[in-house]
Amino acid sequence: MFYRESGQFKSSYKEDMQAFPIREDKIGIAVWLLLAYLYVPFFGLPGLEYGFALNAIMIPVLIFTITTIGLNILVGYTGQISLGTAAFMGVGAYSCYKLTSYFPDVNIIILIFSSGFFAAAVGALFGLPSLRIKGFYLVVATLAAQFFLEWCFIRIGWLYNFNPSGAIEVPQREAFGFIVTGAAAEPVTRYLVVLTILIFLTIIAGNLVRGRIGRSWMMIRDMDIAAELIGVRPLTTKLSAFAVSSYYCGVSGALMVFMWLGAAEVESFDVNHSFLYLFMVILGGLGSITGSYMGAAFIWTFPLVLKEIGKVFEINPTVMENVSLVAIGVMIVFILIKEPHGLARLWQLGKQKLRIWPFPH
Amino acid sequence: MYKKIITGAVATAVAVATFVSTAHAEDTLYIPALSYRTGAFAGGGTPFANGFMDYLAMLNARDGGIGGVKIVNEECETAYNAQKGVECYEATKGNGALVYNPLSTGITLQLIPKAPVDEIPVLSMGYGLSAAGIGEKFPWTFTYPTSYWSQMSSILKYIDSNGGLKGQKIGFIYLDVGYGREPIPLLEKLAPQLGFEVAMFPVAGKEMQAQSAQWLNVRKERPDWMIMWGWGSMNPTAIKEAAKIRYPMDRFIGNWWSSAHADLVPVGEAGKGYVGANFSGIGTDFQALQDVIKYVIEPGNTRTDPSKVGDVLYNRGLYNAVIVAEAVETAQKMTGKSAISGADMRLGLENFNLDATRLAELGLAGFAGDLKGDCVDHEGGGPVFMQQWDGENWVKITDPIAPMSDVVRPLLEAAADAYVADKPEWKTQTCN
Repeated sequence: MFYRESGQFKSSYKEDMQAFPIREDKIGIAVWLLLAYLYVPFFGLPGLEYGFALNAIMIPVLIFTITTIGLNILVGYTGQISLGTAAFMGVGAYSCYKLTSYFPDVNIIILIFSSGFFAAAVGALFGLPSLRIKGFYLVVATLAAQFFLEWCFIRIGWLYNFNPSGAIEVPQREAFGFIVTGAAAEPVTRYLVVLTILIFLTIIAGNLVRGRIGRSWMMIRDMDIAAELIGVRPLTTKLSAFAVSSYYCGVSGALMVFMWLGAAEVESFDVNHSFLYLFMVILGGLGSITGSYMGAAFIWTFPLVLKEIGKVFEINPTVMENVSLVAIGVMIVFILIKEPHGLARLWQLGKQKLRIWPFPH
Repeated sequence: MYKKIITGAVATAVAVATFVSTAHAEDTLYIPALSYRTGAFAGGGTPFANGFMDYLAMLNARDGGIGGVKIVNEECETAYNAQKGVECYEATKGNGALVYNPLSTGITLQLIPKAPVDEIPVLSMGYGLSAAGIGEKFPWTFTYPTSYWSQMSSILKYIDSNGGLKGQKIGFIYLDVGYGREPIPLLEKLAPQLGFEVAMFPVAGKEMQAQSAQWLNVRKERPDWMIMWGWGSMNPTAIKEAAKIRYPMDRFIGNWWSSAHADLVPVGEAGKGYVGANFSGIGTDFQALQDVIKYVIEPGNTRTDPSKVGDVLYNRGLYNAVIVAEAVETAQKMTGKSAISGADMRLGLENFNLDATRLAELGLAGFAGDLKGDCVDHEGGGPVFMQQWDGENWVKITDPIAPMSDVVRPLLEAAADAYVADKPEWKTQTCN
């Protein structure tokens, strides 16, 4: 009804190749952007307290979306499974912390972007085994990265400036005249910074996966021998996937500590979080950027919604906590069976149905 | 179909959220409890949360709240997870939270910088950042009744009075997170000063229940004394391992988070002789606890297992609530308001006086040492006493041992200066 592409003709290759060829999609994206930039910063989320909406929902969801996009590049687009996501985020966070203690006057946003490169380097290093091993064996190799990096975050005092508590504590930093990190930073400033970085990274990722590099990743995913025969070099392709993916994770890790948590111990980068990010990718949809948004939002807000429901029915919070753990597990199994392509696929099916409505064939 | 489900879910969420945010009436004292009854540390978190909640519930039932104002005590589950802790903080602070008691050093570290901005004090009772005990540098953070560093110095004093400290080798086994590492700077400072040697045995969070490697090292190093900074399942495991290598139990000392019933009951007879530090009373032989049983436990308005009332951690949670309640009452008296704010609460925390007479008035005679709120001293510098496990229960074996304040205080001040040094915007206060 509302979503129909009939009558929209493309008269050049450029028009045909654009990111959103359908007019309704363009309008949809514009509406989302307007909401994100003009509604949320002023009013938060409908029905929720403003600070809570920004600090406990919007900011973490946006940050985890970056993580999920990064992991999706690796798992969804290149088919290399990784359980080291949280540790790569940690690399980003710790390097951003070190950078800002060495260069306190440099714009923190530049440092956040630079810290991604450290994560990318570490990611590429731990991606090396992927050239020889696949599947479960690669999972084990990335798991080793996870534990090794966690060990570094605990044992190498230099990483946290020999702070006796072993935590990194975010100092106050400014960018463009606004306080963007530290407790004095307004939630709305942090929200806008995170949102802008997310959109920027989404555009890059979206174009990467549409272009030559993304196609070679997908070729490796679909059949690596065939890809090699056609002329795709596994070395550069796999390592570039690891590097780009870890870059995204690194940036999101730095954002997580600097824009959201304010202080972090190694516990924020443990293997449980790696699983959480993998669930976001799987639930959202493997190989889909839209899915990354949905997966991150869903996994993060679902327990919150359950918690609120528990409050209304006066169920004690412990039970609800366990219920949400069980429910997420059940949901992952259910989605894996019923819809392996996740929420993104449901969204796509929905759009498909709208196109042919009211006369489905 | 899917759309309907999604719309339904969104609608419920919105409706629920609106309902919750308007649920609190004007004149209440809103005290959130960031507790954890799930996760790896639930064994310690549950009794503590029970004690905390039951005492406040008892005040509501017996006295109609504090100063005639009802207490709203909302629990938020953190699972000892820093991210969930922040989420709980954000979810509850808007309701006019008076004070936060996170019961996790990780969460405390995250709340410390937020406290001055949101003007809600943090009471990290005997945990958290030791340096936060310097009131001039940390106006919004309190570690009453004492800090890890003071406690460590009390334990060292106990060792000193049991055969001397000089020339001894002290093994320090700790949970390798912020909490466990907290006393290391003090140990390193004091070792050359007092002439003892330290051997460190870190236990990673994942290895809490597999410590044979550490205890093999203990056997090799042969320390004269062992001190433990553990939490959760690390404690019973360590004590069992110690028993396995026949380490003399009366030379194995746990800090106040490593010497609760939850830690020793699973060990039982094998842990006989194990010593622990404590600062809150044991058992139910106090009028206030009898009131808790009468007003809360017996009517069944609680989730506490009646047999667990009076356990070490239960009583410590209760003591936490006592300090909070006392600070609220002090704040009410000072400001003349019945419904106070976070800033008033801070005044209360700096000015309450829980001396022996006041404790007796509260029905807690002999429950804890004297504790007086102060602007300069947010630590309390309170003494700890030693208790020993007799195979079935804890028995108090020493009088309160005062910390070496002369040594600890300058170190705390130096640490507080270091914390503030790289934060030019940090808000300090001047006392008097």
